Amino acid sequence: MATNGIGSSVKRKEDLRFITGSGRYTDDIQLPHQAYACFVRSPHAHATIGSIDRSAAEAMPGVLGVFTGEDVAADGLGGLICGWMVKSKDGSPMKAGPHPILAHGKVRYVGDHVAVVVAETLQQARDAAEAVIVDYGVLPAAVDVAKTHDSGIEIHTDIPNNLVYDWEIGDKAATDAAFANAKHVTRVELINNRLVPNAMEPRAALGHYDAGMDAYTLYTTSQNPHVARLVISAFVGIAPEHKLTVIAPDVGGGFGSKIFIYAEECVCLWASKKVRRPVKWTADRTEAFLSDAHGRDHVSVAEMAMDENGQFLALRVNTKANMGAYLSTFSSCIPTYLYATLLAGQYKTPAIYCDVQAYYTNTAPVDAYRGAGRPEATYLLETLVEECAKDMQLDPAEIRRRNFIPKDAFPYQTPVALQYDTGDYEPCLDKALELADYAGFPERRRQSEAKGKLRGIGFSAYIEACGIAPSAVIGSLGAGVGLWESAKVRFSHTGKVQVLTGTHSHGQGHETTFAQLVASKLGVAYEDVDVIHGDTSKTTVGMGTYGSRSLAVGGEALVKACDKVIAKGKKIAAHLLEASEQDIVFQDGNFSVAGTDRSKSIGEIVFAALVPHNYPPGLEPGMEETAYYDPANFTYPSGVYICELEVDPDSGVVEIQKFTAVDDFGNVINPMIVEGQVHGGLAQGIGQALLENAVYDESGQLISASYMDYTMPRADDLPSFVVHTTAGTACTHNSLGVKGCGEAGAIGSPPAVMNAVADAIGTRISMPATPEKVWRALQKTQLAQAAE
Amino acid sequence: MYAFGYHRPGSVADAVKLLADHPDAKLLAGGQTFIPTLKQRLAQPSDVIDLGGIAELRGIRAEGDNLVIGAMVKHGEVMRDATVKSMIPALADMAGVIGDTQVRNRGTLGGSISNNDPAADYPGAVVGLGATVITDRRQIAGEDFFTGLFETALEEGEIVTAVSFPKPVAAAYEKFRNPASRYAMVGVFVAKTAGGVRVAVTGAGPCVFRLPEFEQALSTNFAADAIQHLNVDASGLNADIHASAEYRAHLIKVVAKRALAKIR
Amino acid sequence: MTSVTMTVNGKAVTRDIEPRMLLSTFLREELGLTGTHVGCDTSQCGCCVVHVDGDSVKSCTALAVQFDGASVTTIEGLGQNGTLHPMQEAFRENHGLQCGFCTTGMIMSSVDLVKKAKEQGITIDEHYVREGLEGNICRCTGYHNIVKAVIAGAQAM
Repeated sequence: MATNGIGSSVKRKEDLRFITGSGRYTDDIQLPHQAYACFVRSPHAHATIGSIDRSAAEAMPGVLGVFTGEDVAADGLGGLICGWMVKSKDGSPMKAGPHPILAHGKVRYVGDHVAVVVAETLQQARDAAEAVIVDYGVLPAAVDVAKTHDSGIEIHTDIPNNLVYDWEIGDKAATDAAFANAKHVTRVELINNRLVPNAMEPRAALGHYDAGMDAYTLYTTSQNPHVARLVISAFVGIAPEHKLTVIAPDVGGGFGSKIFIYAEECVCLWASKKVRRPVKWTADRTEAFLSDAHGRDHVSVAEMAMDENGQFLALRVNTKANMGAYLSTFSSCIPTYLYATLLAGQYKTPAIYCDVQAYYTNTAPVDAYRGAGRPEATYLLETLVEECAKDMQLDPAEIRRRNFIPKDAFPYQTPVALQYDTGDYEPCLDKALELADYAGFPERRRQSEAKGKLRGIGFSAYIEACGIAPSAVIGSLGAGVGLWESAKVRFSHTGKVQVLTGTHSHGQGHETTFAQLVASKLGVAYEDVDVIHGDTSKTTVGMGTYGSRSLAVGGEALVKACDKVIAKGKKIAAHLLEASEQDIVFQDGNFSVAGTDRSKSIGEIVFAALVPHNYPPGLEPGMEETAYYDPANFTYPSGVYICELEVDPDSGVVEIQKFTAVDDFGNVINPMIVEGQVHGGLAQGIGQALLENAVYDESGQLISASYMDYTMPRADDLPSFVVHTTAGTACTHNSLGVKGCGEAGAIGSPPAVMNAVADAIGTRISMPATPEKVWRALQKTQLAQAAE
Repeated sequence: MYAFGYHRPGSVADAVKLLADHPDAKLLAGGQTFIPTLKQRLAQPSDVIDLGGIAELRGIRAEGDNLVIGAMVKHGEVMRDATVKSMIPALADMAGVIGDTQVRNRGTLGGSISNNDPAADYPGAVVGLGATVITDRRQIAGEDFFTGLFETALEEGEIVTAVSFPKPVAAAYEKFRNPASRYAMVGVFVAKTAGGVRVAVTGAGPCVFRLPEFEQALSTNFAADAIQHLNVDASGLNADIHASAEYRAHLIKVVAKRALAKIR
Repeated sequence: MTSVTMTVNGKAVTRDIEPRMLLSTFLREELGLTGTHVGCDTSQCGCCVVHVDGDSVKSCTALAVQFDGASVTTIEGLGQNGTLHPMQEAFRENHGLQCGFCTTGMIMSSVDLVKKAKEQGITIDEHYVREGLEGNICRCTGYHNIVKAVIAGAQAM
């Protein structure tokens, strides 16, 4: 059993179905008499909707119904919501415009859903969607977040300057005072490029209204089906919560984009009742580009005040965040509580002040994407730190070392609200320097130069905050939900275990890790544990998976449920072994009387609980325990990443030669899965730095709306990675000592890459560092050198 | 995709007749561009005539110093074919960098050149090698075949049946890929042929074109050094979010030099 | 409607279909072989890769009617007699998958890649595998473990 326990790289349970093509994703499900939906989408970024003529479409073969925002309004439905109320500096609540599930009166971005056609076949639905005639009154569009304030364009009625909120954190006066006394100030202006998450499985939904039961089922590509159930029932108002089941079966990646509640899934469910048929919709990739929530898109200015030794005295940041045309489900907390609170990074900077203006633009909504705020904070801070090193003529490793929060300072209260419970940053740096062979870099650079290439090395020391919590604190900051997690452990007669969790796995391997955890805790066979998730009719409640929370929050809930099983088991064992409950010890699946050889296996105890012929009087039969866990704090993984790359000066092509990632994730359940999570995050972070960019033109058309123009990282764009997880510092406030690893790679890597590019070419460029951008920067420096 | 009628003729003659009978029909070769076009509803042919069943459009053969490749020969076959590799290895290399493995397993020579996508690789080889396009009714010099953006010299109802590539003295193809689509952002085919040096550029402009200045410089010295002093005019070149015209102009020289460096 | 007959995973199937039906739709909806996935519209992602007469093709960029008389193998038909194909085994052993969506196409491409390399005496190293998987996009794994899996699978094939 030890081979399957905590800390071992157990092969994944879920793989067998995936490698044989037996996975079941939403689009794989076919219900009897299923019909198909096709959405009529706005071709304009900003326009009024005059009239919608659906008569021709309705008359086309196979068409079962054509519905518009008027029908939604007539049915009295509500709209989509943003679940986190952020307040401006002046205390006023954020300005949230209405977000109807089908546009009403106006469209606000290209791809905005205007009408839906439901037909017998997909092709018929598409044919008819083309016949829906919408009379648009085209309006000027605000696209660029830096310009929307003064554009004079009103995206939502009575929201002046398109300003959602103007928020701040930190001590402004103390920060300004530190700047006034600083020996040196380093300043950077940065754009954090807009990204499209691009889970390989496009979003899909299959809504089914059962008239006989007056009940609704929604199969959907969701990272958090229970939250979908809550929003669809309580806010959109399609079905009461007890009559609605949301099922997220196998989900093909999410990276944040499938957290949110989207219009299409609501419409499929609603339309199913209208046509009395199951209604399915699956996004094609262009629809996904247009309508999935995007990520990042910040414009920032950051300044660091330093003393003469490069000690950080204060950090001052202003950020403009693009929210897109509507506030998506969790969008408001991303550039605030998940961004600015991370600006201390790994450093003991005594004063920090940040203000953030969030704006509407006529672009797709922007929300959490792998890292969500934390990559933006890390990119900003680690770019600035590298520039500080340059300005102070310090080695980039040395300036970080000088400013690290020392090991003995934990728990450490940052100036931006968070209290880091634990951490130890120097060992990660030392290990990274060793694995990257930093000492050998000058020689490798010489070798590159001899080949006519430019070589650069770049650092990044990131901090992450995972498992956003506790509920009372986030509630006081405006969150509309609690961020606990639930778990249930239930036994059947034969001693087999079902585990129900409110988290959701869409690639993370929970069926394996959670089974490892339960097998270790309860001493049952790993093979005898089955993990169930993603079905609101099975798991009572749950908060889903995002923010690297599943193990740190959901796993801990599972531990608590296991503890309850053990506690009840002890009562039963005491009865059967005729001992006092206090004398029963539980270890490796056996309940024993301390100091004796008398024991009962957990299987025997479970059997006794379900066949209670000889049973403690008054004790409930059965062995099924539920627990909820609300963490006391975030967890704080950290790490140091080093990127080494070569630039071809002729073409501007950047090639990563080596990428070293050293992380402190606290305790690790399955090292194989953890490494895999880091690899994937690195690819997405490197993608952001070198390849990916969501580009809108001035009229609001998305230019990069397919894989013909949006550069997805491919196998030949990336190297193999050097990934090392340190023994680390265990989280102090969960019993597992775990922190979370899902987002680290995407958070830590972009600045490492961009710092290496800057080191190679001697100047700083914006992400992504495309060949042309690099080439142009080199042209400029060469011209500059020639002019000198 | 809009609905259409489907035909699978067994001979070129039958295909020509079907085209004549269905003026709004389109030919389907490998379908690697055409089917995505249909999927996105960017084309609405009344009928689709699948050339996949016509044996006479297949096959690779040497005819003296010419290599004749059937229109329905797939890129993957050209890439791996022993005759191609021995006669014109640069052509096998070029076929090996078209699209990806799966595109190469379906995409065809005839489909590629008839579509004349400005970012396709084959036009570079056809013009660069001074090849001759053979149709159901005539022979067209490669030079004259590609007439503009997605336009060719093909008449209504005319079908490419093969291309005849003369064996060059030396040749090479180098491609700078569009990072997203993997089409040619700039592709340069250089060849030293019996009729002189030829340099054909694809991907950079609206249609494949030759570079007379490069050709002239290379006539006396067929090596990268010979073009070091030359520059390409950016006017008229393509520009998009991946590369401006100016950058493409710069890349043409870089890529041409790399192609030349391959020749040893 | 056009009648099409092909051999899919060793079994003859005949269906009357619209000519505009893609091979991927035919496999998924007519035959219920949902292991073949569709992840893009532009023939880039490779989630839909199957083998036709031994070659890997993107089934979303092909009409089913084109394959009358052809032999098609999907991920469901890759293993023989209930055992996994060595490449499937290698993906599992090397954690070459996470969400599983690109995995089936990735495995089908990898099998063809290795087969072609062996036919032509090409060494299957990291460079060959990375270049050879150009037509398959994975968003989860960063490819690190996929590359490991393909090299291991090649040794076992």
